[in-house]
Amino acid sequence: MSILRIIAAGATAAALAGSAFAAGGGAHPHGPAEGFPFESPLGKFEKDSVQRGYQVYKEVCASCHGMKLLSYRNLGEKGGPFYDPEYPNANDNPLVKALAAENEILDPVPNEFGEYDFRPARPSDPFRSPYANDAMAATANGGAIPPDLSVITKARHGGANYLYSLMTGYPSQEAISYETSPEGEFLTVIDPSLVRSSGIYAEGAGGHGDVGRLIQPLGQYYNPYMPGDTTAQYEGDPRHPPKGGFLAMPPQLTDGRVTYLDGTEATVSQMAYDVAQFLAWAGEPKQQNRKSLGLATIAYLVFFALLLWFSYKRIWRKVEH
Amino acid sequence: MSGHESTYKPASGFTRWLDDRLPIVRLAHDSFVDFPTPKNLNYWYTFGGILAVCLAIQIITGVVLAMHYTPTVDEGFASVERIMRDVPYGWLLRYVHANGASFFFLAVYIHMFRGLYYGSYKAPREVLWLLGCIIFFLMIATAFLGYMLPWGQMSYHGANVITGLIGALPIIGEPIQTWLMGGPSIGNATLQRFFSLHYLLPFMIAGVVILHIWALHVPGNNNPTGVEVKEVKKDTVPFHPYYTVKDGFAIVVFLIVFAIFVFYMPTVLGHADNYIEANPLVTPAHIVPEWYLLPFYAILRAITFDIGPIDAKLLGVIAMFASIAVLFMVPWLDTSKVKSMRYRPVAKQFFFGFVACSLLLGWCGAVNPDDPVIPLGEDKLLVSYTDANGFVATAEFDAYEEAVAEVESLPADSGASISVQKAPAFRFVHLAQILTVYYFAYFLVILPLLGLREKPKNEPESIHKSVLGGHKSSDAALAPAE
Ligand code: HEC
Ligand code: HEM
Repeated sequence: MSILRIIAAGATAAALAGSAFAAGGGAHPHGPAEGFPFESPLGKFEKDSVQRGYQVYKEVCASCHGMKLLSYRNLGEKGGPFYDPEYPNANDNPLVKALAAENEILDPVPNEFGEYDFRPARPSDPFRSPYANDAMAATANGGAIPPDLSVITKARHGGANYLYSLMTGYPSQEAISYETSPEGEFLTVIDPSLVRSSGIYAEGAGGHGDVGRLIQPLGQYYNPYMPGDTTAQYEGDPRHPPKGGFLAMPPQLTDGRVTYLDGTEATVSQMAYDVAQFLAWAGEPKQQNRKSLGLATIAYLVFFALLLWFSYKRIWRKVEH
Repeated sequence: MSGHESTYKPASGFTRWLDDRLPIVRLAHDSFVDFPTPKNLNYWYTFGGILAVCLAIQIITGVVLAMHYTPTVDEGFASVERIMRDVPYGWLLRYVHANGASFFFLAVYIHMFRGLYYGSYKAPREVLWLLGCIIFFLMIATAFLGYMLPWGQMSYHGANVITGLIGALPIIGEPIQTWLMGGPSIGNATLQRFFSLHYLLPFMIAGVVILHIWALHVPGNNNPTGVEVKEVKKDTVPFHPYYTVKDGFAIVVFLIVFAIFVFYMPTVLGHADNYIEANPLVTPAHIVPEWYLLPFYAILRAITFDIGPIDAKLLGVIAMFASIAVLFMVPWLDTSKVKSMRYRPVAKQFFFGFVACSLLLGWCGAVNPDDPVIPLGEDKLLVSYTDANGFVATAEFDAYEEAVAEVESLPADSGASISVQKAPAFRFVHLAQILTVYYFAYFLVILPLLGLREKPKNEPESIHKSVLGGHKSSDAALAPAE
C-alpha cells in the first residue's frame, strides 16, 4: 500500500510539473492520425521516413535553419537514417560521404597561404549553417532569427506533434482574403472559422456568431498552433480571440514541394510527418538505445525486487512487527 | 544506540591489529550491522536509506558529467548536448543526474513529512532534525546551482530572478548578489562559480549526512509509536539483516519508479524552454523553477502588498526564507508530550491539512497567479467613448453584437472602443495567500497551542506490546483510520 502511495506521490509531482507547461496560447497540437511510431515506450523510428525527413530538411528548411549540434556522420551512425552495418564507422560510409559532399562549407582550417577556402563537407563536419551569424539571419527574415532545429522537438511543448501541427496548420487559401483599408493599406485578412483546425477557439466560444476577423501583420503569418496572443490583431469579441499566434516563417510545405527519391507521394502531411520524425530523431539520436536499455534495466530491477521481497519475508518471519 | 555494548569480534589477525589502531570496522559494525533498531519501523522509514542512495547517484554521475562539461556561456549548452550525443552512455548519465535531482527531492519531502508525522524532531532528536534541515537547505542551493549549468533559457532567467531576489534584501543584498554573479550581471563569471559551488556543496551535504547519522545513532531511531525503546531485546532487532533487507527492497522499488522516468519519460519533469540556449534578450513567457521548488515560489509570489516601509518584493523574499527557517524551529514549537500523531487525533487532521497545503502551494507556484481558480461571473465588454459634453462615458454589455451595435450608433468622432472588463474571480494568488497563512499557522500557532490543549489517545506501553496481537500492518501506519 505504501508503495502505491509513493507512486501516487510521484504522479502528483509529475502532475505538478506538468501543470507548469499548461500555459501558452497555441491550440493543442495534433499529431498525424495514426501517431508517430517512436512515441510508444518500445516504439522505433521509421527509417524510411527519417530518410525522407532529411531530404525535406535539406531541400526546404536548411536554407533558413541550421542544425549545429549535428554532424553529417550522425546520419550514418547506429540508429541513424543512413546507417549501414557494413560501415560501423560512419565516416567511411560512401552514402554519408556523398550526402556530406552535397554541402559547400567554409573550411575551418586555413590553406597553405593562410586563407579559408570553400570545400565540400566531409562526414566529420557539422551541418552547414545557412547564415554566417545571427544578424545576417535576422536581416534575411524580416528581423526574426530562424531557430536552430537540432533539439527543436525537445524545446517545444508537444515535440514532434507540435512540429507536425505547425507545418500543416497554416490557414488554407479559402480562409485568406485581401482587401484595402480605408487608409489605403493593403490587408491580409483571415477568417478563423475557415481555418481547418479544431479547437482554435477557447471552450464555449466560436460558432456562436462571435467569429471575427484576423488582420495579419505584414511579414507575419498566422498559425493556430504557434504560442502567442492574437488579441491585438483580432476584429471580434476580444474575450475570445482565436488561439495561436503569428510567426515570421511563411508556410513552407505545398504538395509536391520535394520529389521524394523513394517515390512516396509528397503531400503536405507526408512531408510534415517525415520532417517531424527526422527532427525527433535529430533531437535525441540515442532514443532507441535508451528505450531498449530501459527494458533490460527495469526487468532486472523487478527480478531483484522480488528476490529481496522473499528474503524480507523469510528473514522477518519469526519477528512480530 | 550508543549505550549498547559493541559486539564486534575481529576475526583475523589483520582486523585485530587494525582494531587496536583504528577501530573503523568496529564503527561500521556497530552502526550498520548490530545497531539495535525498533522492530516496528514501516516503509516510511526506508526513505533515509533511499536518500543515501540518491546522494551517491548524484555524486557519481555528477563527477563523470563534470569530466565532459564545459562551464562557459559559449560552450555550456552545446557541451551538455555533446554529452547526450557523443559521450558513451552520456545520455544515461545526464538523464540520471537530472531526474535524480527530482527523485532526491521527492524522497526528502517524504522523509520530512514522515518526521513531522511521527514527531521525530522531539527530544532527544532535536540536533538530528536540525542537521536534516541543513541538508535540505544545502540541497536546494545545490539544485539551484546545478540547474544553471545546462545554460538553457530557464537556467538563465531562473537564476536572474533568484539572484535578483537576494539583491532585494536590504544592505547585505546587493553585495551578496554581486558576489554570487561575479559581476554586475549573469555571465561567464557566474556560470564558472556556479559550477565550482555545484561541485562543492554535495560534498558538504555528504559531511552533514555523516553528522546526521551520528546524531541518529546516539538516541537511536524513533518509531511509528513514538515510544522510546525500553528493552533492547524485546523492542529491537539488529539492523542487519532485518533492515538491510527491508531498506534494500524499498530502495529497489524506488529505483524501478526512477528508471521508468529516466528511460521512458526523461524530460517530463523538466521544462521545454531549457532546451533553448540561454538568451538574455528573450525572456520566456513564464519563468518557473523546477517542480520541487514551486511551493516556495508560490509563497514568494503570494505577497503582493507592502507592509509599512517594507515593500511587497522584500516581504515575499522574507516569507520565502522564513518558510524554510521555520522548519529549524519545529522542535521548540511543538509543545505536545506525545510524539507520534497516531495518538494525536486532532493534530493528525491538521497534519494532513498541511500536506495538502504544501501540494496546493506547489500547484499555485506552477500557474499564472492571476488565473482564476473560481470565476465569479462572466467577463463583460466595456464600450468607452467621449460623450457630447466631452466626458468619458462607458457602457457595459454581455453580447458582442450589442457592444458593436452601440459603437455603430455613436457618432464617429466619439472615439468609441471596446475593451474587456474582467470578471471578479477567486484567483490563484488569493489561494496562495490563504495557503501561505496556513503554512505558517501550522508551525507558529497550531503546533504550539494544540500541544497544550489536545487530549491524546493512550500510547502503548512499549514497542513490543504495540506489535503483539496479530500482525498489525505497519505499512498502513499513515492510514487515517488508525
Ligand atoms: C524562408 C526561411 C525559412 C524556411 C525555408 C523555413 N523556416 Fe522555419 N522559421 C523561419 C523563421 C524566420 C522562423 C522564426 C519565426 C518567428 O520566430 O517569428 C522560423 C521558425 C520555425 C520554427 C519555430 C516555431 C516556434 O515555435 O517558435 C520551426 C519549428 C520551424 N521554423 C520549422 C521549419 C521547418 C521544419 C522547415 C522546413 C520544412 C522550415 N522551418 C523552413 C524561416 C524559415
Ligand atoms: C546533491 C547532489 C546534487 C544535486 C541535487 C544536483 C542537481 C543538479 C541539477 C538539477 C542539474 C541540472 C540538470 C539538467 O537539467 O540538465 C545538475 C547538473 C549538473 N551537475 Fe549536479 N547535482 C548534484 C551533485 C553533483 C555533483 C557532486 C557534481 C560534480 C561533481 C555535479 C555535476 C553536475 C554537472 C557537470 C551538471 C551539468 C550537466 C547537466 O546539466 O546535466 N552534480 N545537477
